[in-house]
Amino acid sequence: MTTEAPAPATAELRGEPAPSYLQEPRGLWSWLTTLDHKRIGILYLISVTAALFVGGLFAMLIRLELISPELSFFSSTLAYNQAFTLHGAIMVFMFVIPGIPAALGNFVLPLMLGAQDVALPRLNLASWYFWLAGSALMIGAILAGGIDTGWTFYIPYSSTYSREGDAVLLALGGVFILGFSSIFTGLNFVVTMHKLRCRGMGWFRMPLFLWAIYATALLQIVATPVLGITLALAMVERAFGVGIFRPELGGDPVLFQHFFWFYSHPAVYIMILPAMGVISELIAVHSHKKIFGYRAIAFSSLAIALISFLVWGHHMFTSGQSQVAGAVFSFLTFLVAIPTAIKAVNWVATLYKGQIALRTPMLYALGFLFVFIVGGLTGIFLATVSINLHLHDTYFVVAHFHYVMVGGTVMAFLGGLHHWWPKMFGRMYNERAAKLGWLLVVGGFIWTFLPQFIMGSRGMPRRYATYNMEGLEVHQPLHLMSSLGAWVIGAGMVWTLCYLVYSIFKGRRAEVNPWRAVSLEWDVPSPPATHNFPIDPHVDFGPYDFERIDEATGLIRPGPESQRLLAAAAVKTLPPGAEEENSG
Amino acid sequence: MSAPVAQTTGTAAVAEAAAEHHQGHHPALQHHFENLEQQADAATLAMWLFLVTEILLFGGLFVGFAIYQTWYPELWHAAHKKLDPVLGTVNTVVLLVSSFTVAYAIRMAQLGKQRATSWLLGATIALAGVFLVVKYFEYSHKIHEGLLPGAAFSHAELAAQFSNAHVFFSFYFLMTGLHGLHVLAGMIVLGGLLWKNARGAYSPEYFTPLEMGGLYWHLVDIIWIFLFPLFYLIK
Repeated sequence: MTTEAPAPATAELRGEPAPSYLQEPRGLWSWLTTLDHKRIGILYLISVTAALFVGGLFAMLIRLELISPELSFFSSTLAYNQAFTLHGAIMVFMFVIPGIPAALGNFVLPLMLGAQDVALPRLNLASWYFWLAGSALMIGAILAGGIDTGWTFYIPYSSTYSREGDAVLLALGGVFILGFSSIFTGLNFVVTMHKLRCRGMGWFRMPLFLWAIYATALLQIVATPVLGITLALAMVERAFGVGIFRPELGGDPVLFQHFFWFYSHPAVYIMILPAMGVISELIAVHSHKKIFGYRAIAFSSLAIALISFLVWGHHMFTSGQSQVAGAVFSFLTFLVAIPTAIKAVNWVATLYKGQIALRTPMLYALGFLFVFIVGGLTGIFLATVSINLHLHDTYFVVAHFHYVMVGGTVMAFLGGLHHWWPKMFGRMYNERAAKLGWLLVVGGFIWTFLPQFIMGSRGMPRRYATYNMEGLEVHQPLHLMSSLGAWVIGAGMVWTLCYLVYSIFKGRRAEVNPWRAVSLEWDVPSPPATHNFPIDPHVDFGPYDFERIDEATGLIRPGPESQRLLAAAAVKTLPPGAEEENSG
Repeated sequence: MSAPVAQTTGTAAVAEAAAEHHQGHHPALQHHFENLEQQADAATLAMWLFLVTEILLFGGLFVGFAIYQTWYPELWHAAHKKLDPVLGTVNTVVLLVSSFTVAYAIRMAQLGKQRATSWLLGATIALAGVFLVVKYFEYSHKIHEGLLPGAAFSHAELAAQFSNAHVFFSFYFLMTGLHGLHVLAGMIVLGGLLWKNARGAYSPEYFTPLEMGGLYWHLVDIIWIFLFPLFYLIK
């Protein structure tokens, strides 16, 4: 044999480049019936991006209205209420919750584990169809006249006062079905991580993204069914009036709030934990330094998941909850700050003396760090009962959760998308265009939401279509600023979409491992073949052991056991006759 | 190995080499699992997680039930007397026996007794049918007496005593109704398993779907075990 050197990586094992998962099999039908986790990830990516843009459009309309204290853009306050309800419902249930786990997670999770697919591929596809069905009902709700209950569907808005009863039922049904979609994804991921880790892939060799996804998945499994039954009860209440939530029939509207937030507070962490996981990857890979405090970050994800079930009452400080309950929920809410701060400190410690490459994914990670910390700390303000009573239902709250959801999740989504884009599509985006996009999104974000903290702390209530009363007009300049910023974010999003789509067709071809990362998705071709790994991988290194990168090729150097497997497989890949030549 | 193997010769050969240890595999083995044991482990974990979601789904209703029973204890006591404990007991026994038959069906499959498995699955479905028929008679009686949720409530005696007597029956119909839907779903699942078993899909080496169906059916049973005393046996 002249080829003594063992094949350096599974990616190079293929003499001829195998057709990628994007190429084979062909045709729309093959995509709609695919069981391949990578394709399902792409289907989800397209869908949630569409939801992001629809939800964003409603946000633009809201900001247009708020430029002036009088009713100016919308024909009625009802239309305004419908716009903010749809903005919230679409963003939360159709984009933020499935965004990172179902789109990015689906694509990279089995690859990171060294698995050929998720444990339950058919359930995975079903999850996407449930997403479509739920979203179709939401669109049906818009067509049926729109909903004006707020995304939280509070009783009695949803049971009694909302004018479009059919639309409310459709929207509740839609979110109910979207819940199934979320449960299926979470369940699938937990089983996959337990049962399909490749040889050598211990729990502490998993990239931290997967620890975050694991914590998220547990929340999806445990919390979402409670939302399901709550929405089902709200539907029955609206349709038949059964007296479980409606006070005039003997029910308790606050019980709805308890049930709703028992899900929806953990759901906040369903939204942010995957983002934190993405940030762990981005920070370590793009500063080319072993992550600081791996286990602390891993366990802090689980700690956040656990605590998240004990804090729902902090949404109800003003709902007539007892003072004891308020104090307990306030204290428990403070606890969330501890694991969150552990993560933030470890990220910063990872950056320290790292070889920081200011590429777009890293820029988004840094943006996340700055913005998310503001979002998190203002959460401490809001968790303090005495301050909450003042700030409740003001723009301070709006600014706080947008700092967490947009500044946190959306930035991590964009950072992760840029990070894994070369792997997904085998093309590099234009780095300068991406940096401009980053500037517009992050700059526009701060421009939009910083003024909202200020006017919120000065008493501007949320959800008002007009503010030409009680001296609220003084907030008009800040509202104007916020509205202008929203258009900058919008421009940044459209710009990002344009250059990313352009790169699929015209972008430079991506290497196997453009960022010199060490997790297994960077050990397969860009884009990967339909069958993830030609031979089942064997790992003997951690996900951040950057010394395993071969500086010459940029690929991960396989360990002894992988070399043996690869060499054995490589012999068989030589064309017939080659072996005879070599044996001479 | 049913893996979608790439067409170029090199990769195909590699995939083939990788597939060597899969050779002679069971037809039910999916491409991304190494062996049937791993596949069965994954299915079992997934099923238990699914059962967790089911328990939490019912959990909301159980919590609501507990809260309203605490608020309206007299109503709960008076209203529960309108339920028939004899029919409730009959249904409890019916479901317990059906749990036994489904467990025994799995045992028979493990022993390779295909016909016995089919008969026992059939018996389980029949018992589920009996449960629903009994429930039908209970429901018709309630509807006849006007013991219904919301505005449909028209039972004069209870209405005179309590201002919101219908709430008890809201919970009754929602909880037993949701449970009834699960019984119906269980019949469909067991029917599918019976059909596949009759075609020889299961063997002592591979009976995972039967086990999963059995787990689901036990859950349906257990939920009723909680519903029965909560509604029918209030002191």
